[in-house]
Amino acid sequence: MTGAFSVAGWVAIVFIFLIFLFTFRETAPVLNLPAMKAFFLARPPVWQPTSDIPKLSMIPIILGTLKATVVGLLFACPVGVAAALFSSEFAPPKLREVIKPVIELLAGIPSVVMGFFALIILATWLQDAFGFVYRLNAINAGLALGFALVPIVYTISEDGLAAVPRSYREASYALGASRLQTAMKVVLPAAAPAVFASFVLAFGRAIGETMILLMAGGNAAITSLTLLDPLRTLSATIAAEMGEVVVGGEHYGALFFMGTLLFVITFISNSFGQWVIRNMQSRMQGGAA
Amino acid sequence: MTTKIEVRDFNFFYGEAKVLHGIEFDIPEKQVTALIGPSGCGKSTFLRSINRMNDIIAGARAEGRIAIDGKDLYAPGIDVVSLRRRIGMVFQKSNPFPKSIFENIAYGLRIGGVKDRRVLDETVERSLKRAALWDEVKDRLGRSALALSGGQQQRLCIARALAVDPDVLLMDEPASALDPIATQKIEELVYELKDNYTIVIVTHNMQQAARVSDRTAFFMLGKLVEYNETRTIFMNPGQKLTEDYITGRFG
Amino acid sequence: MKGRPANRMSDRIAIAALGASVLLILAILVVIIGNIAIHGARTVTWEFITQPPRDGLMAGGIFPAIVGTAALVILMSIAAVPLGVATAIYLHEYTPAEGLTLAWRRFRLSKGRAGRKRLFFRAMSALLANVTRSAVANLAGVPSIVFGLFGLGFFIQFVGRAIDRATQPPGEVVWGQGSLLWAALTLALLTLPTVIVATEEALRTIPQDLREASLALGATQWETIRRVVLPGALPGILTGAILGISRGAGEVAPILFTGAAYYLPFLPHRVTDQFMHLGYHVLILSTQSPDVEATKPLLYGTVFVLLALTFLLNLAGVIIRVKTRSRR
Repeated sequence: MTGAFSVAGWVAIVFIFLIFLFTFRETAPVLNLPAMKAFFLARPPVWQPTSDIPKLSMIPIILGTLKATVVGLLFACPVGVAAALFSSEFAPPKLREVIKPVIELLAGIPSVVMGFFALIILATWLQDAFGFVYRLNAINAGLALGFALVPIVYTISEDGLAAVPRSYREASYALGASRLQTAMKVVLPAAAPAVFASFVLAFGRAIGETMILLMAGGNAAITSLTLLDPLRTLSATIAAEMGEVVVGGEHYGALFFMGTLLFVITFISNSFGQWVIRNMQSRMQGGAA
Repeated sequence: MTTKIEVRDFNFFYGEAKVLHGIEFDIPEKQVTALIGPSGCGKSTFLRSINRMNDIIAGARAEGRIAIDGKDLYAPGIDVVSLRRRIGMVFQKSNPFPKSIFENIAYGLRIGGVKDRRVLDETVERSLKRAALWDEVKDRLGRSALALSGGQQQRLCIARALAVDPDVLLMDEPASALDPIATQKIEELVYELKDNYTIVIVTHNMQQAARVSDRTAFFMLGKLVEYNETRTIFMNPGQKLTEDYITGRFG
Repeated sequence: MKGRPANRMSDRIAIAALGASVLLILAILVVIIGNIAIHGARTVTWEFITQPPRDGLMAGGIFPAIVGTAALVILMSIAAVPLGVATAIYLHEYTPAEGLTLAWRRFRLSKGRAGRKRLFFRAMSALLANVTRSAVANLAGVPSIVFGLFGLGFFIQFVGRAIDRATQPPGEVVWGQGSLLWAALTLALLTLPTVIVATEEALRTIPQDLREASLALGATQWETIRRVVLPGALPGILTGAILGISRGAGEVAPILFTGAAYYLPFLPHRVTDQFMHLGYHVLILSTQSPDVEATKPLLYGTVFVLLALTFLLNLAGVIIRVKTRSRR
């Protein structure tokens, strides 16, 4: 039976490899210098693959991805860490038992539903409240993305905070520190790697998120630095345009290139996050600085 | 001999279970008082009641009076946080923070609002000297405290407790996790410290109590069985139970 | 050294601010679910659930989408759960528990040919386990749209076309296009890490001495797993499987180009059929409806059903987890 199970062990490795291979394989039409130049250096930076002369600059799309990610993280990181701190250091145990599943419920909302909410409901509220020119913009999409990211930041940060040994807290109380001082000056710094890892993993999730940004971002691949304009992200572009490309053409290759880019970025960022989490253990157990 | 800590009819409960029964005695100033007794006799619980560390345990309840310099610690309205600043505690297993040696010692000062770098430097040096650790670490104050040996870490924790200048030092089996040489260093330290601090030390090692303390309290099953000068307890105990324990008739 | 005592008021404000973040999250949750529940409940009638759409999808029900989602999820589970459980069993039961660094050190310090050979293979096994765990973690981080691309590029263009070339008359496309099968396999890859991680956790809760007792009685490793470990770990495995399934049920990006369709006049009855899907329906209705106001009730109804389905699955998982924890 050992043999049968060993085969299972290989599946994950094989498929990760295959995913990279087959995504990369279809980029063949654009694996050349002129195409790369067009992707990154074209002036003006415009993405219009379906016009008579196709313009394939990825700059507006990359910019859109960054804008949405930044807004999402700006919301999710402080809120997630604050909730984790409260849950781990100040909430009575019974309350903590309730908070965790509630936040996990938020994680259980499918991203297409979150996208729906942002598109139909949130956008209207924001526009009524702030008078945005464009109903669908980076703030709308980024905020909805942030809602989806909060559970990631919360869960991993909270695990890190709870893992800080009790003896540290006791030593701090014995020195006459209040609960708040202990939480902020001893526990949180000790859990800093976990909190950092949660940010990194949230970043990876934000970069790859498709539905929310496709539905709530406004679908305009424009190069602009303001958060009040609509945007397009890498994943949303793939989702929106893959249905209508000619297989094997330049547009097709460009979309697969975006996919490969997404794969590589999230691979690196997730590996980094995992590495931080793994190394955290030895620090806590008294490994030398 | 002035009394530093006064204990009157002190009872302690974990939920429904009563673990300390009517403890009553006086702890003198600037001397070492040892609490001895078999495991589970309540000596650690009593020690932690002095700086109200038991407050953080759910279901813990105290009745009676423990007074330092005449002020009852369990009176309503007492600020536990400032109380703990006046009393230092060293734990059984050393627990330095995952910070540098300097920051460990400076921690107590920082949370008290001290920011002046000069004051911090001076206090850190003074505390490390008092804990007989300065010479060993003065060149690496910025390194992590976790890189020190077990004995050094424990002396660091003592220095950390001393940095906020407490009147009373509570030590809960401070050498039980250490090798004989490190233990000896700790014992010498305790002997020196009593010139300036009132020390209450819990130990399960009777020879240690005999070596280090001026007065000894023998606890058993949550009751204070006998309390006297250390010489008397060990040479000429008044209670049969005490004598049985000293001579090793039971653990 | 007497310092300033901590300012009680500012402390309380700070803690309240931290607590407010929890309230904020709760508020967001309540608003989203509440809004959908209130507006969607009106549309969700028995007819809605059991009738197919009519009037160019402006009216009628979403029965085919429910069927399509269910079929997809079932196929996905058949692929993902056994494979995920098997991988976790491999990682936890058949690889050295001491980890690579220790295993390698023991090999380097060993003497004697037979012992060295055994320890070498042990170290290699530990290395493979590390790489596998790493691959699983990375699989978990792959963006869902990339899974969709993979489904298109590998399952459909590569495997599907190859099957067509081998089994169909030339030019005939049966397997080389979007279908339940390929979409299910793509989703299975996506949910695999969730199942693996949850199963490993469940296996970890079985104490080592139970295994040792079984082996000491003369059972083989497989027998021990089958008779002692798995029955005990079953609740945890079930929870993990349900968690993975509920996540897979809500994913849309991987099925965009692997078989989902907006309108089909028939229900899928072969694995090579395309299918309608609740999440996909929500996407299209939201972004490509010619008259947003008119389709809003339909849209809300579909979202309601999708959300209800996901939450029911989640709830089932939580109930199992709570029930087994109280049993211990």
